[in-house]
Amino acid sequence: MENESRRGFIGKAFGAVAAVGGVASLLAMKKTWDPLPSVMSAGFTTVDVSALEANKLDIVVWRGKPIFILKYTEDMKPTEGRSVKVGDYYYSVMIGLCTHLGCIPGYEEDKKLFKCACHGGEYSADGKNTFGPPPRPLDLPPFKIDGTTLVLGEEGPEYKAMMAKAGGA
Amino acid sequence: MKELKILAVIATLVGITYYGIEPYAHHVMHPEVKAADFTFGDLKNVDTKLAGNVENGKTLVEANCLACHAIEKAGHPAMMPNADSAASYGVVPPDLSHAGRIYDKNYLANFIFDPVSAMHLSHKYPVGGTKTFPMPSYNWMTPQEIMDVVSYLQSVAPKVADNAEGHKVTFEAACGRCHSMKYGQLEATTPADVIKAYMGATPPDLSQYIKSRGEHYLHGFINDPQVLLTGTSMPRVGLNAKAQEEVIAYMEETGDRKKAEREATGLYVMIYTFVFAMLAYLWKRKIWSEVH
Amino acid sequence: MAEFKPADSLYEWFDQRLGIDKFVKVMMTEYWIPKNINFLWAMGVLLTVMFTILLVSGIFLLMYYKPDMNMAFDSVNYTIMQEVGYGWLFRHVHAVGASVVFLIIYIHMFTGIYYGSYKKGRELIWISGMLLFVLFSAEGFSGYMLPWGQMSYWAAYVITEIFGGIPVIGGDLVVWIRGNFYVSDSTLTRFFMLHVLLIPIAILGAIVVHFYALRFPHVNNEEGEFFDFDKEADKYLAGDKKGSKVVPFWPVFLSKDFFVLGFFLLFFFYLVFFHYGFAMDPVNFDKADNLKTPAHIYPEWYFLWSYEVLRGFFFEIAGISGKSLGLIAFAFANGIFLVLPWLDRSPMVKPANQRPYFKYWFWFLMVDLIVLTIFGKLPPTGANAWVGFASSVTFLLLFIALPFITRAEAKKVGGK
Repeated sequence: MENESRRGFIGKAFGAVAAVGGVASLLAMKKTWDPLPSVMSAGFTTVDVSALEANKLDIVVWRGKPIFILKYTEDMKPTEGRSVKVGDYYYSVMIGLCTHLGCIPGYEEDKKLFKCACHGGEYSADGKNTFGPPPRPLDLPPFKIDGTTLVLGEEGPEYKAMMAKAGGA
Repeated sequence: MKELKILAVIATLVGITYYGIEPYAHHVMHPEVKAADFTFGDLKNVDTKLAGNVENGKTLVEANCLACHAIEKAGHPAMMPNADSAASYGVVPPDLSHAGRIYDKNYLANFIFDPVSAMHLSHKYPVGGTKTFPMPSYNWMTPQEIMDVVSYLQSVAPKVADNAEGHKVTFEAACGRCHSMKYGQLEATTPADVIKAYMGATPPDLSQYIKSRGEHYLHGFINDPQVLLTGTSMPRVGLNAKAQEEVIAYMEETGDRKKAEREATGLYVMIYTFVFAMLAYLWKRKIWSEVH
Repeated sequence: MAEFKPADSLYEWFDQRLGIDKFVKVMMTEYWIPKNINFLWAMGVLLTVMFTILLVSGIFLLMYYKPDMNMAFDSVNYTIMQEVGYGWLFRHVHAVGASVVFLIIYIHMFTGIYYGSYKKGRELIWISGMLLFVLFSAEGFSGYMLPWGQMSYWAAYVITEIFGGIPVIGGDLVVWIRGNFYVSDSTLTRFFMLHVLLIPIAILGAIVVHFYALRFPHVNNEEGEFFDFDKEADKYLAGDKKGSKVVPFWPVFLSKDFFVLGFFLLFFFYLVFFHYGFAMDPVNFDKADNLKTPAHIYPEWYFLWSYEVLRGFFFEIAGISGKSLGLIAFAFANGIFLVLPWLDRSPMVKPANQRPYFKYWFWFLMVDLIVLTIFGKLPPTGANAWVGFASSVTFLLLFIALPFITRAEAKKVGGK
């Protein structure tokens, strides 16, 4: 009788230990599937925008996508909900993929517009589609402003405000 | 009988589904466009009925063309290496050795008269725009003079063999300045960064285009890219029907080189499988005669 | 058996050690199958053969394939397709086989539904079969990524993006599945592992379970008749082969299967050599480019019906976004077949055409699935979007209505 309950207890203890081992190894397997630290840190791209030249397009890669950063000149008017103010200057910060078929438009400095070589779509400097097949303005990446640097991949208050505006419009 | 009825029902359902997701969907996603036109009938600036004078053409070409173009086969090598000429013009100017053979006569004459309209690139080089095409219009030449030039180019063009080697020569002359063909070990003669700046996007490597686009699409596209891809910066190059066939043949010879083996093997496998199926049927009949 | 007699022959030597005689009887010559069947009963053997063909062709592709985002495309389209001796043959067989295996799976599945072979003791055959369907789907999806063409890339992108719609964990889950924020090298290598090792092992295991699940409830027959297999088997063994309702798996049942297989292979090889475009999409001969989206993105044909259920809900209803509704409907569509044995409340095991109400349900379902499949490929614009919506809703309603339809049928036929 006593023997039996002891055997029952040992059996249960053995089962419990085995289960703990199983769960622990599952956890290790889950970790193996996690993105690598290098991938995670590459998921947040930091750009210092203060040194950029006005009306010269800067392209940075963020999560495999080209990000357009364009500093405005004095005479370029900011667009509410699309232009970002960092420090004293306004910038366009946009995902540089044509919303038609995903080509990368080029920036024409003299006309201050983006032109897509694939099918001739055009966007204004703030990314609004002005001509050709693109169905909507260039998409905006999540960003956070940190002094004179932009952190792509984090949602800062300015980004959230812009999204709220876009949602309401 | 009953089993045939079941088979018919299944074949019908599968057939309808297949029709919907293949021929019909294809038709919706890629609507038919106008057929290829190898007469280039929209170009009417030069009267191509005029008979050209080869000798006069030679003089005109030497005076007007050789500053930029090589004609290797007529003893005029290129002035500078490809990388340098690409840097100065945006793209390597073509060697005209094969021009008289691969381009349609009407196209070639009208191209000399006004390149941009012949190439259907007025959207890229609008009149009064900031960009200009590197080659000027020779609209000051008389139609007779233009036809003389065309006749001269036709006279110097060498014949090529109707085999993979010959097809390759045509491909290099027609496409090789901008497009690479990795599977044929061909690299575009214009350096990649230069051609990217010139065209706005890197012209694609054509190694698998015979598969990804297919013969039918290529046939229409090469003839006039704007019809199938409005706004593209690829020019209409003006190949005649024969040259275009050679280009497509080369694309097949590099992109689908096992085609002949595939079709021959396929036939043998089908014959074998038929024998297999017939014997299986006879065996089944024998076995089942014992239980029915 | 404590003592071994010296064996008189090599056969006997093995038989003493492995019990070959008994094994062959149990597995082949005395494994009883109903006689009253048609060629649809050969689909199981066809699938076994197809899986073997896929396994073998896959092994040879593995010799030259390189799971690396910079090398994968050329290793398939140049090395295997154009250099390796008969490499193209293995690729064609593998690609077309992967497509055709789903055609046979669907025929097999709907044969089961038509003849009611999923109830009255056959529930586990059905469930293990549906598990195989899920595993084959995962195998097909992971394998489609490997050539690293544009459609490989963007189908993988769109399908993994679906998980992003799951509340709370969605965004992190997508990154976790991909191993990166976008489909990238890490995605390719992990799907490669799944495709060539983990899922095939799981499939092999599930096939064993599926076959084993057939043993006790036995294979169904054309009339859904229940009879005593032991009695019929004895009759057969006693010599009354014509009078018995059963036949042995070998050679009788298999002889019919081989006959069906022969003509099926004729069709299959025709596709492999001469008509493979449907299984090897032209778009996939463009190398994957994460900066360039193809004009039309669609999954392989066998996923189209559920893909259409996903995107059929394209507008907000009662404050729930179209995306969420689509995701819910998609989850429903993929899970609902699993519980079919409990949705069918009618006790009848008969071919659908002998069931007063179920027959309408069955053919309605077939039509709806075909409509979903076709519109799943077409661009979802204008009227197409509405056809997609209507057929998606119809699909959901059909399954919600099934318990009521079959209960009414049970009442009508009086529990027969």
